[in-house]
Amino acid sequence: MSHLAETETASPSDGETPTGGLELRELTKEFGAFTAVDRLDLDVPSGSFFALLGPSGCGKTTTLRMVAGLETPTSGTIRLGGKDITYEKPYRRPVNTVFQNYALFPHLDIFENVAFGPRRRRADGVDAEVHRMLELVELTSQTRKRPAQLSGGQQQRVALARALINKPELLLLDEPLGALDLKLRRQMQIELKRIQTEVGITFIHVTHDQEEAMTMADTIAVMNAGVIEQMGAPDELYENPRTTFVANFLGQSNLIEGTIASQGAEMTTVDMHGITVSVLRGRAHTESGQGWVGIRPEKVLIGDVGEALDAPGNTIPGGVVTDVSFVGVSTQYLVKMPWGQELQVFEQNTGRRRLFRVGDQVELSWRPEYAFLLDHEQDASAGAQLDDE
Amino acid sequence: MSETVRRRGLTGYILLIPAIIWLALFFLVPFYSLIATSLFNKGGSDFRGYTMVYEWSNYTDALKNYWPQLVRSLVYGGIATLLCLIIGYVLAYAIAFKAGPFKNLMLVLVIAPFFTSFLVRTLSWKLILADDGWVVNSLQFVHILGPNGHLLYTPFAVVMGLTYNFLPFMVLPLFASIDKIDYRLIEAANDLYANPIIGFWKVTWPLSLPGVISGTLLTFIPAVGDYINDQLLGSTRTRMIGNTIQSLFTQANDYPAAAALSVMLMVLIVAMVLVYVKRAGTEDLL
Repeated sequence: MSHLAETETASPSDGETPTGGLELRELTKEFGAFTAVDRLDLDVPSGSFFALLGPSGCGKTTTLRMVAGLETPTSGTIRLGGKDITYEKPYRRPVNTVFQNYALFPHLDIFENVAFGPRRRRADGVDAEVHRMLELVELTSQTRKRPAQLSGGQQQRVALARALINKPELLLLDEPLGALDLKLRRQMQIELKRIQTEVGITFIHVTHDQEEAMTMADTIAVMNAGVIEQMGAPDELYENPRTTFVANFLGQSNLIEGTIASQGAEMTTVDMHGITVSVLRGRAHTESGQGWVGIRPEKVLIGDVGEALDAPGNTIPGGVVTDVSFVGVSTQYLVKMPWGQELQVFEQNTGRRRLFRVGDQVELSWRPEYAFLLDHEQDASAGAQLDDE
Repeated sequence: MSETVRRRGLTGYILLIPAIIWLALFFLVPFYSLIATSLFNKGGSDFRGYTMVYEWSNYTDALKNYWPQLVRSLVYGGIATLLCLIIGYVLAYAIAFKAGPFKNLMLVLVIAPFFTSFLVRTLSWKLILADDGWVVNSLQFVHILGPNGHLLYTPFAVVMGLTYNFLPFMVLPLFASIDKIDYRLIEAANDLYANPIIGFWKVTWPLSLPGVISGTLLTFIPAVGDYINDQLLGSTRTRMIGNTIQSLFTQANDYPAAAALSVMLMVLIVAMVLVYVKRAGTEDLL
């Protein structure tokens, strides 16, 4: 695992720039001998929709709980809007949380649930504010019902309203959509994004669902084993992963072993089982020796032997189709390469190209600008199959 | 379809029969005989026999003669219940949220006193509170008690005994209620600007009310009618209604008065419980 990756995007600990957002510095949490969060540095600019993405047990919820004040850090600092809140009591922080199972108060009705925060702060005009909030989440007709009488999606919206009404500087969402079914989840993702844009509050969203993170967040930090592997915009992370964990956890990747042959100003060339392929310098995350050449399955082109494929890179011959699954919009192939590895290929069903069958001899190719090169020290299967627990 | 439904309905009634027979034999019949006894003629006795004369003055006379004991019972029972609630709540809360791996062990310890007899446990309080015991000596040493002060045979001793003996009846229902509270609700309250004290009153307390109500009922009802604690730890000046009824039945052989007092105690407690449950609004809890 790499500590290099995080330092480049998250500014190092000497950066005292008051962003107005959230700044975590060297944040560490140990439970006995287990380090849940390991010297974490993180900057979340104010007004952004930030996702903390990682498999369960990676430390993302612990990080969130430390920011909320429900867990005390072992060391490190938390600053919000330039103010140190590391040891501030949770009820004194301008931070609110939407809990994983909503944690709505079962003995209070929807109105009183939403009014809980403002009443504690002795705010004025609580009634009007609660109504405005319930309007925002479209629950005005349910005000006198108990949480147990609402559906999962409605409860989720109550939890959101209950947190948002306090106009926190920071809203924390702990897997808020985990308990909803797929259809409702999609709907709520759009809803959440809409509300975030409307209220302009900084959202930190903790999730293990990479699709959810990519749909909603402006910035994603991929977390693994207590550290941030990589941070950036969703497309940036997807297109140019820096670690095998990110490459596998965010979507799927083919990772092929190779030896770096030469380093040019623009291109790094890699000898991949006797075939030379090129990778852009900015996408090569290792300098010399061996590496993993990575390519997303949908970037791989598949064709008959000798067929001219639309790619200026090298053609990799000798593939045999071992599996075909027709999904409708695309077809997913598994192609066994001469060196024994099976590569994944997704091809769009545009109708222009023929479908291949199991046993067909094929050639593969891809444009060099889509490939990336990763450190060979890393485990090629890190992060695979972790996203849907 | 309707055949099975009917048979299933019938099964339910058949299963009820043992309980109905039991209650009829050991509750309804004695209850009838108690009410009847309370209306027997005053002049009767074990030797001469009693006659049923609808002697309502048994009630007024019993109330006139024994109202201090009745009031004392309610006061002692009330204080003991309140003490049990305070001690028991803290204990149940600690077991539910803070005991971690020792949860079951602590619950067993709460019930452990039941392994010895009620009588033996109350007798040992006699030793603890005795005039030359360490409690009295220590209190005398720090001048809380005067040199001739004592604890045994005082209202204090009786209330202590009641509190001690009925504490498990308070702790268990409280624990059952508090243990069910999702700790994340308390975290949510803290997250929503409630400090721990306000969070307790707005979230933990209301959610534990079912336990509070059943705990106080299970403590108050037997504590008011108890006579062992007063018998062993009290004096003639601390007599409770249970003792009065007992001595009227077994020593004075005044069956009608004893029965009238019993009926009054029962009616009083049922009325208080009804008012209490209604006021506490149990129907509003979840």
